[in-house]
Amino acid sequence: MRTLRDRVGAAAPVFGVLLLLLVAIAVVNPNFLEPASLLAYLKRAAPLAILAVGQYFVIVSGEFDLSVGSLVTVQVVVAARLIDGDESATVPVIVLLIGLGLLVGLVNGLITTRLHVPSFVTTLGMLLVLSGAVFLWTGGAPRGSLSESFREPGRQGIDIPGFGQVPWSALILIAVAAGAAVLMRSAWGHTLVATGDNDRAAALAGVPVERVRTTAFVLSALAATVAAILLGGFAGVSAQVGEGLEFSAITAVVLGGVVLGGGRGSVLAALAGALVLEALFTLLNLLGVSGALESTVQGVIIIAAVAYAARRAGRRRRPPAVPEPSPQPA
Amino acid sequence: MTLAMAGISKSFLGVGVLHDVDLDVRAGEVHALVGENGAGKSTLLKVLSGVHQPDAGTIAIDGEERTFANPRHAQDAGVAIIHQEFTLLPERTVAQNVFLGREPVRRGLVDTVAMEHATAALLAEIGETGFGPDAVVRRLSVAQQQVVEIVKALATDARIVAMDEPTAALAEHEVALLTDLVRRLTARGIAVLYVSHRMPEIFALADRITVLKDGARVTTLTAAELEPPTLVRLMVGRPLSAYYPPRATEFGDVRLEVRGGTAPAISGIDLTVRAGEVVGVAGLQGAGRTELLRAIFGADPFTAGDVLLDGRPVRLSSPRRAIAAGVAMVTEDRKAEGLALAQSVRENALLVLHAVFRRRARVGAARTRDLLATVGLRSAGEDQEVRFLSGGNQQKVVLAKWLAADPRVLLLDEPTRGIDVGAKAAVHELVREQAEAGMAVLMVCSELPELIGMSDRICVLHEGRLAGELPAGASEEDVMALATGHGVPHVEVPR
Amino acid sequence: MTALAERVRWAPRLATGPAAGTWIALGLVVLLAAAIVTARGGDYLTQANLLNMLSRTTALGIVAVGQTIAILAGSLDLSVAYLIGLTSLIAAEVMAGDPAMIVPGVLAVLAASALVGLVNGLVITKLQVNAFIATLGVGLVIKGILESRYEGPAGSVPVLFQRLGYDRIGPIPVAVLLMLAVAGAAALFLHRTRAGHHVYAVGGNVEVARLSGVPTTRTTVLAHVICSLCAGVAGLYLASRLGAGAPYVGTDGGYDLESIAAVVLGGTVLAGGRGGVSGTVAGVLLLAVLDNLFDQLVLDAFFKASCAAP
Repeated sequence: MRTLRDRVGAAAPVFGVLLLLLVAIAVVNPNFLEPASLLAYLKRAAPLAILAVGQYFVIVSGEFDLSVGSLVTVQVVVAARLIDGDESATVPVIVLLIGLGLLVGLVNGLITTRLHVPSFVTTLGMLLVLSGAVFLWTGGAPRGSLSESFREPGRQGIDIPGFGQVPWSALILIAVAAGAAVLMRSAWGHTLVATGDNDRAAALAGVPVERVRTTAFVLSALAATVAAILLGGFAGVSAQVGEGLEFSAITAVVLGGVVLGGGRGSVLAALAGALVLEALFTLLNLLGVSGALESTVQGVIIIAAVAYAARRAGRRRRPPAVPEPSPQPA
Repeated sequence: MTLAMAGISKSFLGVGVLHDVDLDVRAGEVHALVGENGAGKSTLLKVLSGVHQPDAGTIAIDGEERTFANPRHAQDAGVAIIHQEFTLLPERTVAQNVFLGREPVRRGLVDTVAMEHATAALLAEIGETGFGPDAVVRRLSVAQQQVVEIVKALATDARIVAMDEPTAALAEHEVALLTDLVRRLTARGIAVLYVSHRMPEIFALADRITVLKDGARVTTLTAAELEPPTLVRLMVGRPLSAYYPPRATEFGDVRLEVRGGTAPAISGIDLTVRAGEVVGVAGLQGAGRTELLRAIFGADPFTAGDVLLDGRPVRLSSPRRAIAAGVAMVTEDRKAEGLALAQSVRENALLVLHAVFRRRARVGAARTRDLLATVGLRSAGEDQEVRFLSGGNQQKVVLAKWLAADPRVLLLDEPTRGIDVGAKAAVHELVREQAEAGMAVLMVCSELPELIGMSDRICVLHEGRLAGELPAGASEEDVMALATGHGVPHVEVPR
Repeated sequence: MTALAERVRWAPRLATGPAAGTWIALGLVVLLAAAIVTARGGDYLTQANLLNMLSRTTALGIVAVGQTIAILAGSLDLSVAYLIGLTSLIAAEVMAGDPAMIVPGVLAVLAASALVGLVNGLVITKLQVNAFIATLGVGLVIKGILESRYEGPAGSVPVLFQRLGYDRIGPIPVAVLLMLAVAGAAALFLHRTRAGHHVYAVGGNVEVARLSGVPTTRTTVLAHVICSLCAGVAGLYLASRLGAGAPYVGTDGGYDLESIAAVVLGGTVLAGGRGGVSGTVAGVLLLAVLDNLFDQLVLDAFFKASCAAP
């Protein structure tokens, strides 16, 4: 029988930290525990959390995706320009955005796995190409506007009797989280983690390593598409809407205890990492550190989290103090 | 300068690896250290180079006793070890490698001219003219890189040079160059300790020969006192003390057949393995044993030739296809190729099912529990990360992973390397059980007594070709003779 | 005689090294750009346009040279963009328009940069934090300081110092010479100092380096200090261009990721141990030419679009 400790495993700290932060927020602002307030918090956190889920797939497979921030910008700018306030264009444009996301993820994945370009370089190139394309297309200032129905998921909610309004983004986040958790329990999820841990061993065990990794990039780009739709509704149209999101997503994933280089960490912990970041911002806001030192705190925390993980790994790696008898050929 | 090691003993986890070994090497001499795999040669070298510290015994240089707490101490004392794996930076030039960490400086800047001159002088001194000090190491042949390793050792003013199987990675004509080089080193008064089990080189080079067996010194004799057959007997001649499960008495039909199998390191291999049969593959390092297994498994597929499974031709162009067709392979390097070390026992055991037989993965979860019991795994539970397991238990997880897929053909590359005696016996039992259940097993193992003890038939490779087949119970001398390319015994193989 | 021998031996290396491809690509892209612009009735190879490209390249070039050293050591630095903003502010605030404060201002910038590099290097080597996270974190720390202390441009640099950004010697801007000097110094460091050789060794294979007696920790830290110093120099240059310090001058320019892109374009391997400054300079120029061509096309398209609209 597995104990809870075993189940939660390496991810435990992030859930503990999240709980601690939420309690701290509630202490400073007791209203926070009201459903409306909690749901508003989830709504704010949803885009980053969804990006973190996408980024998790890529990172746990041993790669990076730096292109998600610029992809979000591209999706929002493209949507605004093509919809241009026209309600009837909403659905076709969303279909187009999903297609665009698929394409970007596929290109990232294929260049990385088939041409053996480090994913850092592949997705950095994609970032530069996408932001260049946005600039070329908009000349710096995005034009057009989103339709109301496009903005609905990002800003509206659904009325549930006796509970009040539940934001669509919170529901979407829950759906994404559930989907990701199920996916990671499927055969594909197991092969994804094995690929990130040791791709040679995985390939020799029959894992189609290139296909698995490419799929991870596609999922990341699709997550960016969903995040773009939410952000477009929530924050509106600008050429800076996705700026820096790739780093925030990676930060969230790493805070969740997922190791850069792959093979370790759970998707729900990565998602919790994003919730921790958002809770941290909320708390700092409440404490009046408004915006100012927010980044500094974030920077210190991410370094501390990774240093802590490195220390723990270092201690645990030690056990075989005595080498095994002649492991090498004589 | 002379080296004297006396009474060296070393054990790991209570398992004695070296027992009271004496060894001395004189200036200007080549002293060959020979023995089978597992005889303790590498451990002795690691003691000499400061990687391991002996439990007992002394190391003296020029009569002065030394303690090497780390590799740097040994280097400072004038001892250089040339390992099988190179310690070169492929992207840097020869001179940059030779002087790495000791770059000559003039007026604050690295004196590249002096560095290259000194390297050129060393190269000239040992008669290397094929490349210059400004050649980039990546572009050199393996033999030339070997030369750079040696020059790097010389540049530290090493007076005692130990070489661990220096010809293992070299082609035949490159071996001649290396033996030439070793002679030039001794002409400079350097003491050379030469680890090898290749007869021709040993007799061409060595002044004296020390035979190591089961961690103890058998004898030290001058080369003139020995003949190759005598030496082979000294190396291997021991009673079959270990217990091996009884061999099969009857076999099924041919399960695996290779016809004219050719790949970069092997050519024209014909072999068959029947259901229920364990066929051993013997050969020296570099003979193409691993390459043969990897080719069958589709990891580095055959470039020519056919593979038949149960009489039907199959194209195994990738491990994925081979696995789907019912082939499994336990690789030699467990940590690099066999296991996802940060994952749990269960994750590893189910990996093949998750990757190739997804529909069976759920059923497999229950079966995996049985399998782990079958292979006799001792762990803190299925959730334990495999990196915390002992080598023997890790290997059991690898075996469970493959057995979960119900393969028809099991390829084993050094399945008992680096695991303790108890686990070895368990692996032997398991392999035999699987064969009895109808699996065809092809096994590479460098420890001859083990290979002979386990095999129903032995195929011996020599330089990428099949040198011959031997029946069950062949002697180690027969195998060695074929493997070294010395003499082809005419033995009828009963079919 | 020695110098000649050096030169003779260097020539083929330049032509065959990993940088060669980038230089060739640069030549081809320049020709292509010239062809496109000429075909559209413009004049590409004017001195004005070339100089325009060169000076826009300066800041990125200086940062990318530092980034090259960090990457060669098997690391990378994502904190440079924020550091550039910070150092431009330090320069402008310490100088405060007073020519006598130029030297203290420069020294303050270099000290602050060295400190940031030291922190980066120590977090990576002592706390064993992945370089990506370490420098991202340090960058965020600097970002927080910038956000909490500055709303917009601050301080001012004296006119004398602004000459660094605008003066020319003959036809060549002083700043371009500064960039070339930084590149030359970095090349000298990499090829002719022990520490430079050790940078390649640590980036190539840290275990081999350690076994060969290379002080690996010190080498990594030094690489980061040099990288940060280069970012500081870029901050000084941008302060002289702007006449003041600006918190977001580094991030708006995208100097973090673009400098890495330039290094990689220049043939330096992201994993470290292979490549050099020459390729990076070519990579930076290549990005500049593409950027310039892009701008001309965008401007064109924008112009046409505005004309077409009634």
